[in-house]
Formats: sequence, C-alpha cells, structure tokens
Amino acid sequence: MIVLEKRPQPSQAWSMATPLVAVLATMLFGGLLFAALGKNPVEAIRTIFWEPLFGEFAFFYRPQLLVKGAPLVLIAIGLSLGFRAGIWNIGAEGQYIMGAIFGAGAGLAFYPLEAWYIFPLMVIAGALGGWIWATIPAFLKVRFGTNEILVSLMLVYVAEQMLASVSLGLLKNPEGFGFPGSRNLQSYASAHNAEIITGSGMHWGVVAAFVAVIFAYVLLNRHMLGFHIRLTGEAPRAARFAGVNPSRLILFCLGLSGALAGLAGLFEVAGPSGQISIDFNVGYGFTAIIVAFLGRLHPVGILLAGGLMALTYIGGEIAQGSLGLPAAAIQVFQGMLLFFLLALDLLTNYRVRVARREVA
Amino acid sequence: MKFNSLLATAAMVIGLATGAVAQDKTKVGFVYVGPVGDGGWTYEHDKGRQAVEEHFGDKVETVFVESVPEGPDAERVMTQMALEGADLIFTTSFGYMDPTINVAKKFPNVKFEHATGYKTAPNVSVYSARFYEGRAVQGHIAGKMTESNVIGYIGSYPIPEVIRGINSAYIHAKKVNPDVQFKIVWAYTWFDPAKEADAAKVLIEQGADVILQHTDSTAPQAAAQTAGNVITFGQASDMSEYAPKPRVSSIIDNWAPYYVARTQAVMDGNWETVNTWDGIAQGMVEIGEISDAVPADVKEEALALKASIADGSYHPFTGPLKKQDGSDWLGEGETADDGTLAGMNFYVEGLEGDIPQ
Repeated sequence: MIVLEKRPQPSQAWSMATPLVAVLATMLFGGLLFAALGKNPVEAIRTIFWEPLFGEFAFFYRPQLLVKGAPLVLIAIGLSLGFRAGIWNIGAEGQYIMGAIFGAGAGLAFYPLEAWYIFPLMVIAGALGGWIWATIPAFLKVRFGTNEILVSLMLVYVAEQMLASVSLGLLKNPEGFGFPGSRNLQSYASAHNAEIITGSGMHWGVVAAFVAVIFAYVLLNRHMLGFHIRLTGEAPRAARFAGVNPSRLILFCLGLSGALAGLAGLFEVAGPSGQISIDFNVGYGFTAIIVAFLGRLHPVGILLAGGLMALTYIGGEIAQGSLGLPAAAIQVFQGMLLFFLLALDLLTNYRVRVARREVA
Repeated sequence: MKFNSLLATAAMVIGLATGAVAQDKTKVGFVYVGPVGDGGWTYEHDKGRQAVEEHFGDKVETVFVESVPEGPDAERVMTQMALEGADLIFTTSFGYMDPTINVAKKFPNVKFEHATGYKTAPNVSVYSARFYEGRAVQGHIAGKMTESNVIGYIGSYPIPEVIRGINSAYIHAKKVNPDVQFKIVWAYTWFDPAKEADAAKVLIEQGADVILQHTDSTAPQAAAQTAGNVITFGQASDMSEYAPKPRVSSIIDNWAPYYVARTQAVMDGNWETVNTWDGIAQGMVEIGEISDAVPADVKEEALALKASIADGSYHPFTGPLKKQDGSDWLGEGETADDGTLAGMNFYVEGLEGDIPQ
C-alpha cells in the first residue's frame, strides 16, 4: 500500500526538481493531447519549444521572447516578495492597468512637446499609478483587517472600467474619428519606449525586469527587510518576536508589487502596445502569479519561469499557425504546467512510502 | 564544359521548380479575435477562409491563428505569418488596426486586409459590411413583435459601428411602434459568453422581450430561451440552432465572396488598396430566414424593407431625423453620407442614456 508521509523538513532537492519534472510531465501529457487531436506530438512539442529559439525565424522570435517575458518577470518579482511573507496580491492586473493609464496620461499631457524629461516622468507616474492601486488593499488590510486577496482582485475590475472610460473619454485620440483608444505613443518620440538597440527586443521594460531580479535577489539574501519577509512567511510568531512590524511589511510588499506591476504596464503601453485601448490588458497580471510560483518565488527561478512562459505563448502561436492546433489546446497545455507543478509540490513536503497493510 | 552546362541546366531546373512552386501556392493568413467556434463573428470569417480553400483548391494554402489579443500579440502573429511566406493576410478585428499598419510597413510585398478599420496604406486595404442595413430589418421586426415595448440591446463597445446599429434598429422599431423603448447594456467585449448571458438576463429582468446583440456568442440566445417569451436575432452568423424561437431572424456576415475575390486579385497581380463597405445589395450582409414565430404580414413587410434597401430605393438613415439632443441632423428626404456614418458618435432622438465617454 502506498502512503504519504510528511517529511520532517521540506525536501530541498524536490523543491528544485519539481519545476523541471512538471515541464517534462507537461510535455508528455501535452503530447498525448496533441496526438488525440490528430497532430504529430513530437512535431508539436518541437514547434513550441524549439522553433522560437532555434528555428528559421529565431531572429524575430528571440527578441519577442524578451518583449513577452519582461512584463511577466517584472510583475512576478514584485508578487513573489509578498507571497513569501504570506501577503497575497492577486490584483496585479489592475495595478498594471493603472500604471499604464497614469504613465500614458502623463506622457500625453505634454503632447506634442518633445523633451527628454517626458519619458522619465512617465516612468514615475506609471510606478505611482500601480503603487496607489496596490496601497488601497494594503491600507484597508492594515486599518480594517480586510482580506487583501479579495480587495486586490476586485480592484482589477474597477481598473478595467477605468481603462474603458479613459479609452472612450479622457485619453481618446482627438484625431481618431470617434473610435476608442489613445494616440499611439510609438509615434510620439519623447514618450516612446523604443528598443534600445533596434531589432533586439530590448526596451526599457526588459532592462527594468533584469534590474528587478537583481534587486530582489540582493534584498532577500543580504538585507534585513528581506530577512523579515522570509521570516514572516516561514514563522509568523517568530517574526513578531524578532520585532517585525506586520503593518509596515504589508504596506511595503503590496506597494512595491503594485509599483512594479505599474511599471510593467507603463513600459508596455509606451512600447510594444503603443496605445491605451479598452482591450489593453491581456492578462499579464494573472499569468505572473503562475510565473511567480513556477519560479519557486525565487528571483532567478522567476526569470527562468518568465522565459518559459513566454516560450509557450510564442511557440503556441507558431503551432497554431503552422500546425493548425486550436488555441484552446495551447491554453490547456499552459494550464497543465501549473497543474503539474502544484501536484508535484506534494513531493516537497511529503514522501511516498510503500508500507505494509496493517490491521486496524 | 559538359560539367558546366550540366550545372547550368540543373540550376535552371531548380530555378524553374522553385519559381513554379512560388507561383503555384498563394498563402493566405487569417488573424481571428475569437475562437473559430464562437458561432458568430470569427466563425463567419473562418467560413470565408474555408470558401477560399474550396474555391482555389491546391492553388492556395490558408493558415489562421485564433483568439489573438489586440495589441502586440496581434503584431507578432501577423509578423510570423508574413515571415512564413503569407502573400495576403486578413486581420479581422477593429483593434488590429495599428498592428496591421506596423507590420505592413515592414513587409511591403505582403498584402493586408483589415476589417472594420479606417487606416489604409499602399499594401493595406480596409473592408467592412453595412450591418446597419440588416439592423433596420431587425428593428422593424422587433418593433412589431414586442409586447412590453422594451427592447434590450447588448452593445459591445461604444464605437461608431455599434452606435450605427443601435440607431438604425431604433429608428425602424420606432417607426412601426412609437411606444418602443431601448435599454442598452455595454458588455465591453466582442466575445464573452458569461458576460453576454448576464447582460441578456439583466435586460430580460428589466422587462425586455426582444434582445438584440452586437456581441458574437450564442449565450444571449440561450438566456432568452431559458427565460421563455423573449425573441432574439442571430448576430454575425445565422445561429439557426435557436430557431424558430427565440431566434426569429439574423444578420449573417458573408465574407466568402470578398475573400475569394481578393485572393484572386493577389494571384492575378492586380491587388490594389481599396476601401470596401458593402451591404445587402452586394450580399456581404444577409438576412437569415425569418422564422414562423413572426406573423406572416410582419415577415412580408420585413422582406419588402430588405428589398428596398437592396435595390437602393431606400436608405436606412433617411430624414427627417434629429439627434438625441434635439438638434437637426437630416432634413426631409435627405440621406446620411458615408463619412458621417463611419464616424457616428451620437444617438438619434428618442434613445435614452448617454454613449459612454
């Protein structure tokens, strides 16, 4: 009889290995899914994982991986800090939207003036927008003990309404024939988050994502605050004895993750997306939660997980175009990844034992 | 010498062969905003794609990517299609406008066709259908059929295309039923069965016994069926699985002839930038079978209205018409020009509520 036995200590080895095993299991079961749809599974898996990196048009897809992965990593880094301390910001999508609105709004306020200081101001405004949106649930939690999961999630829908509102009103392109959506920032040089080297995919958001990874790594490993974050998550009682101020930690973690999500929104709206529109947000804030967990809430892990997620998106699109795989199959494939990760996480805390049946 | 000529011949053969292959297959790409199984907007575009395949057989290869978000993702998908050798790409949602223009700049030899937008380029055409003509017929039937005099309307986004439809339906409902009242809910989505069903339920609870929709799923039809005495119209696609009731008729977008013609133009090398806006007359807008749930006389009137639009003797926006604020828009007998219609951002007199700003 197979029984699960709780490990006295979570297994370090399994904690590192589960993401890899989860990826392999996803490939296996995803392959079965594709085979059931009548596609060659090896070809499909190869298209998803190989084609964007080393295929014929890799020169185009590699930069796209950075473009797609950067917002995921930037947001996930912020979320991971809170998650480690048991502070659950589920509303990054809303903070991302608010960052984009604030940032784009700040830029468009200067239109058509061209000046060097416009983009830096937009960056500050973007971070501020996300910070404000995340500080609302933080403040309510600290002051009234509300649940930050619910409040931050609900604020996503409020932010979506704000997005629709500014697309149709405040930020609407006056030369857009009444159609919703702002001016395109790509054609406004001072506000455009252009590629730093043309064709490289490297825009300021990608740089910010790398900086955030390093910053989070240093914070968690070398800084007192990082220690407090880890301690609060692992042993809340001990943290209180160690003099951690829970309110300050909540405000810090939510505020920082909001600011980073806001930055991601700003870099996206000023760069790859170009304009505020009703459908501006495409779910980066939610996908980043998956990325954070896939990366084990570790900065370097998140970097890798963000890349992997971007790979499945871009490879998935290629598979749709060239193999005729339905979009839903790709989504199931991505879902499997998280499913297997969570399922296999069991092995970090439990060990499988084959035990003899005992008489009760 | 002999070796050289052999090489030359081989080179020529290869050259001919590759040339022949390139000429042989025209690759046509389609970018869809929803899933091909939405039963509405994207479903009809995909039927157009299938018609292209059927019409040209081996001479054409089509590819599509579905559920592509508007924005950078769309740009990447289009670039991917162009890189992989597409000669012609149809981008089938309004939000693909700027991405289409961006990608078109990078691939001057690839032709692009953007649905429902207004930005053209030497290699970008735009095309759309005069759905408001179909809305006129819907409005007529709705005005005649409603007993509560409350007609619910699920709007997608408050853009000119949708506002045009609301105005056209309202004008023609009001014409046959002066007491009619429109309740409009904005769903802010083109395709979201859950949201659409909610919107339909809210409208039905508020007393609507006719539901018009400008969203693409069949969820409102299902909600109307559950509610009982409510009628609906198929949107973008016939949605005949809900006939004869709640679905009493429909507006069908028939893109197939346009897609076939444009693919032919690329093959013949005479593709040019055009701004197409076709309606019932050209067959781009079709009125689905009016079911037996509609009384015979109403059906006859509706078909007569359709015929008069088709032969050009009647324009759905014919004066006298006033704007919502009471100001004059069209004088007696005057018809709306395409420019005003294309950018329509006002309600006609009698509609309640504001267009979200």
